Amino acid sequence: MATASAAVRRDWLVGYTMVAPVVLGSLAFVVLPLGMVVWYSLHEWNVLANTFTFVGAENYQRMASDPGLGDALLATVWFSIGLVVVNIALALLLAVLLNQKLPGTTTFRTFFFSPVVVSLVAWTIVWSFLLQADGGINGFLSVLGAEGPNWLRHPTTAMIAVIIVQVFKNVGLNMILFLAALQGVPEELQEAARLDGAGAWRRFRSITLPLISPTILLVSIITIVGSLEVFAQIDVLTGGGPGNSTTVLVYYLYQQAFRFNEFGYASALAVLLFLIVLVLTLLQWQSRKRWVFHEV
Amino acid sequence: MSVHHIRNRRTAGTAAVLGTALALSACAGGTDAPVGEPETPSEPVDLRMTVWTADETQLDLFQSIADAYVAENPELVSSVKFETIPFEDYTTALTTQLAGGNAPDLAWIFESNAPEFVSSGALVDLRPVLEGTEGYAFEDLVPSALTLWEDGDGLYAYPFSNSPFAMFVNTDQIEAAGQPNPVDLVADGGWTFDAARDIAAATAEKSGKQGLVVRDFDYQSWENLATVWSGWKAAPWSADGTQCTFTDPAMVDAMTWFHDAVFTDAAMPAPGTTADFFAGDAAMTITQISRASALDDSFHWDIVPLPEGPAGKQNVVGQAGVGVFAAGEHPDVAADFLAYFTNAENAEQLAAYFPPPRQSLLNGDSLAAANPKLTAEQLEAVVVQGVEDAVTKPAHKNFAKLSETVRAELDALWVEDADVEAVLTDTCAAITPLLED
Repeated sequence: MATASAAVRRDWLVGYTMVAPVVLGSLAFVVLPLGMVVWYSLHEWNVLANTFTFVGAENYQRMASDPGLGDALLATVWFSIGLVVVNIALALLLAVLLNQKLPGTTTFRTFFFSPVVVSLVAWTIVWSFLLQADGGINGFLSVLGAEGPNWLRHPTTAMIAVIIVQVFKNVGLNMILFLAALQGVPEELQEAARLDGAGAWRRFRSITLPLISPTILLVSIITIVGSLEVFAQIDVLTGGGPGNSTTVLVYYLYQQAFRFNEFGYASALAVLLFLIVLVLTLLQWQSRKRWVFHEV
Repeated sequence: MSVHHIRNRRTAGTAAVLGTALALSACAGGTDAPVGEPETPSEPVDLRMTVWTADETQLDLFQSIADAYVAENPELVSSVKFETIPFEDYTTALTTQLAGGNAPDLAWIFESNAPEFVSSGALVDLRPVLEGTEGYAFEDLVPSALTLWEDGDGLYAYPFSNSPFAMFVNTDQIEAAGQPNPVDLVADGGWTFDAARDIAAATAEKSGKQGLVVRDFDYQSWENLATVWSGWKAAPWSADGTQCTFTDPAMVDAMTWFHDAVFTDAAMPAPGTTADFFAGDAAMTITQISRASALDDSFHWDIVPLPEGPAGKQNVVGQAGVGVFAAGEHPDVAADFLAYFTNAENAEQLAAYFPPPRQSLLNGDSLAAANPKLTAEQLEAVVVQGVEDAVTKPAHKNFAKLSETVRAELDALWVEDADVEAVLTDTCAAITPLLED
């Protein structure tokens, strides 16, 4: 008995020692900061004057009457919708095309995946040159006889530009996830459907899509959460402009905290962002039963 | 372009820490220790001063002055370290250090942020130390240079740099376009903004490059347009900072002139076009004379004062102050070091890069001794006369928010068919609550 309990105790010790780094790390760098942000959000914190005053829910009440926040939320919605739709559609299309057994597909897969491993800021800076009024994209358009807009100086084209830059940066990752899922679709199911006379579109809709639906869920969650956290691209390409057209929620939060020294209000905005991400993720998780094949 | 690059690289770091930075910052615990004659600390202290220059020769000069101070006061300090924070995110990084309870002992401060810092209580009053330091010659400081940094009787930073804005001219490009030399126009009294615009437009057309660049403006940092609208005696807000004056006729005229110079005359680079005068991309640029160090011998150049506007000639200086943080660990030692760093003897050395606020040093010969690229005549015309009755760029207690709000509103102005008056009316509507704040 004694040896058995010693063995249990050793197992217990080994187990907890193994998980200790990640548990302690999460506590120190995730849970504690989250709690502190909530605490800060209940204060008015003036860094220069070195004052830290409890104001209760004032920062949250301020959100209701802040027109800048409304604009930022609207910009966030447009950005997220644009990014999620274009990114997932393009990733799926590329994955289907590159899932064919044709020569050269590996090269194309590498080509589309390579931006994922490029430094985000380096990638965005290169695009900022391409998108200038006299930059590479308009140069290319002029060769075709078309006159391109001054992409980053008009509200609509600036938003489109930011979305496109972000899509090309990350579409490769989603493409690889979809490719892995597509390769897990059993060939015999396709074969059987083909014998039953199903066309390509019918097979894709009735066999492929349901079987890769868990991956679609995963990709949707990653992409939506990622779209809410976009920062560097906005800062490098547009600085939130023109006007406030590309000031998304995270950028607005950054301005409040680090430009305007409104650390208390920025903390309240961070809590809002946290809740938005949480609610969206829960909604997707709840809805999975309706459309994710494996969950049925 | 390179400035933009640096900013971009900086933001990578900012982005990476954004999520946790807020949370990890701790409440700084400042002291209100009175500043006076420093008491000898139990052991020598280390001082840290944040600056935005990364120029090795400037940093070497600072370090040599600091090392001399350490040698003279071994019981007070063991080292003085100069920490470079890039220009573009300087104030942001500085306030983040303050938020994190990691205040530097001394820091350079932009003029635009001066009222905010001066009135906040973050800085200690330097007047007693500077006046009380033997041989400092406080009365030699030009009173008008100190105004921005005073609150009541207190002086909360020392304006170590008073660099006038001037026009650098690429005489090769202008000559090739058959345009009159601005130096001659200055002599004839014909050096006006209209003349500068016409020369810039004609030269740009001939060279295929850009005409006149208001350096560092880039359709973002609008406060740099003060070098233009001051010729119209225009200003963004009233002197007391409570009333928006963007809609005043002078400002409307100045902005209309600027808009037309860009979109009608093509005398200035359009939005989204970058051009570096010092790389030979433009015929003229308005910037501070301290940028002369960026010139090499790849083209012939000259320097002239800012042109006259419809309201006459208005000098504009860019100031920078250096202050001592109350939240630093050793404010009294830091203030004593500042008195040494900026005394008459060291100010003369620093004048190589930063025109000092000292009457005795503001003459062409003194400055020429420190500025090998410029002649005594050029310095007399541009610096000595340039600081007389000069205005500074806009500053306000609420500058951070004003800066961003005005930038967002003025974006509507930087399109070809903009309605200047309507945009400026919108700008006033947007910033009036901030001015009243």
